[in-house]
Amino acid sequence: MDIKTFTPPSLTKEKLRFTQVFETLISLTIKAAGYSAIVFVLMIFYFLLSEGTAAIGEIPPQVLFSTRWYPVEGYFGIWPLIGGSLLVTVGATLFAVPIGISTAIFISEIAPRWLREIFKPIIEILAGLPSVVLGFIGIIALAPNLRVLLDLPTGLTALTGSILLGAIAIPTIVSVAEDALDGVPRSYRDAALAIGATRWQTIWRVTLPAARSGVLTGIMLGIGRAIGETMTVMMVTGNAPVIVRGLSSLFLPTRTMTATIAAEMGEVAKGSVHYHMLFLIGVVLFIISLIVNITASALVFRSNKRSDRILS
Amino acid sequence: MNILRNLMTCICAGILLIACSAQTPNSNSPDSVETNAHIEVKGSDTMVNLALAWTESFRESHPDITISITGGGSGTGIAALLNDTVDIANASRRIKNEEIDVAQNLGIDPFEMIIARDAVAVIVNPNNPINSLTLEQISDIFQGKYSNWQELGGEDRPIVRVSRESNSGTHVYFLESVLRLNDPQNRSLFDPNTLLLPSSEGIIAEVRDNPNAIGYDGLGYVTPEVKVLGIGANLEGPFIWPSAETVNQGTYPIARDLYAYTNGEPQGAIKTFLDWILSSPGQNIVQELGFITVSP
Repeated sequence: MDIKTFTPPSLTKEKLRFTQVFETLISLTIKAAGYSAIVFVLMIFYFLLSEGTAAIGEIPPQVLFSTRWYPVEGYFGIWPLIGGSLLVTVGATLFAVPIGISTAIFISEIAPRWLREIFKPIIEILAGLPSVVLGFIGIIALAPNLRVLLDLPTGLTALTGSILLGAIAIPTIVSVAEDALDGVPRSYRDAALAIGATRWQTIWRVTLPAARSGVLTGIMLGIGRAIGETMTVMMVTGNAPVIVRGLSSLFLPTRTMTATIAAEMGEVAKGSVHYHMLFLIGVVLFIISLIVNITASALVFRSNKRSDRILS
Repeated sequence: MNILRNLMTCICAGILLIACSAQTPNSNSPDSVETNAHIEVKGSDTMVNLALAWTESFRESHPDITISITGGGSGTGIAALLNDTVDIANASRRIKNEEIDVAQNLGIDPFEMIIARDAVAVIVNPNNPINSLTLEQISDIFQGKYSNWQELGGEDRPIVRVSRESNSGTHVYFLESVLRLNDPQNRSLFDPNTLLLPSSEGIIAEVRDNPNAIGYDGLGYVTPEVKVLGIGANLEGPFIWPSAETVNQGTYPIARDLYAYTNGEPQGAIKTFLDWILSSPGQNIVQELGFITVSP
């Protein structure tokens, strides 16, 4: 038999060269885009540091680590602000994680297919709700009712902020966690059911652990959104720079770092001590979200290794 | 070669862009023609509604001058004037010495005009039985020396203090004139529990909904849904409620001037606008909106 080598008719020499150049160009562009993300982060961090570190020299440490924030008169105590941000975020996590994961489990494992087709888009629409709208709802509806319900002096408290931030974080958690649960192979569930596990045991002992890395990523992304959120907390937490003393402070007004930057950036003269201080707060905020992200990737990495060991 | 040429084009375009943007706030220069002039106004939230009403009425007689108004707070307006991004900065407090120092460093020469006056009303929830307080009591309340309305003869309720953010001219005025009772030696501060709300509307909403709250705001913003307190020099009275008459007679103690700052003495369209504000049509609007006219 006559064997004929196959050469695609289109690949003439010129075309081949053109394709090669095109390929190199594309891969260069993609490489540049990838590296530019790193460059941007480094540039932003450099800018924050160069503007913010000036504050460390200008403000004596005993003022910086005091408990009073009133920059108009030179009180630059940062503790109430760090405490406020952490308090509101912890509150939002306590609120969003159980609800978010239960919703994801319901959508992925329990709800019939047609209900799931309705739920998933609704949750995704919720994720796109502008935070200022949520803040407005908080001021008008949530804050007055919370005050009456819990008999608080005022409804503008850290708790109000936490609930609304939870509402912002929930769609992210649900969306990512549901995708992860959905990605667990059907055979895992079948195997568990076959050896006599109940439906609940299957979900709690098999499906959820298998999807752990995705669920954790969802939680961390949700927390990340909550820490950085500004408009909602500025509208509903009352912005009083009170020192935080444990979770009971949830029922008091509080002032977060993001709200402080947003409220005060417009009035400061460029290059003043107050201006540098606001950038220093930005640095602290940046470092905190960096810690959250690193923790997230470390957790995901570890659980990957473990589940790989067990399941492979 | 090609790359070099492209780079040059980019740089040239960049320089042109920068040159254009640096040219923008030039309606201030003396040679600007009055026709088709544009005036940029920014500053005090207390004065935003007033400035809008002025602009609307002014446009009828001067259709060739366009004016845009932005709020944000007195501090924001003055900061914008120092950065040379606005023509007029509205402020409900006087410019601070530190701000004048910064201005001189930046080559800006702030020129001050008083264009209206305003009373600051102390407000509580309509269900609060208290009708009047002394200036000293109000000062002590906001410093946190009282924590329950009972101590002032009211109901057994906690006191919730509501204030504007510190970039507000009203906040600074209240701190100096009420909290510190106009004493420059007095370094008292707001109680740290004081709620700092970003807008006048936020203050009215919280005081309207919360029977524990006490707040303050410009008289022009006060709605019938909140109760305005009478203010007396001592417990025997007489207690004075804020109004145009009591402010002009000088009996209501917390009234302040509202300022407009320009870079250098106003000229051209800016002068036309500010002169019109001080004339009788402009001052009639001041009265209509619940502010107090500047005595000629």
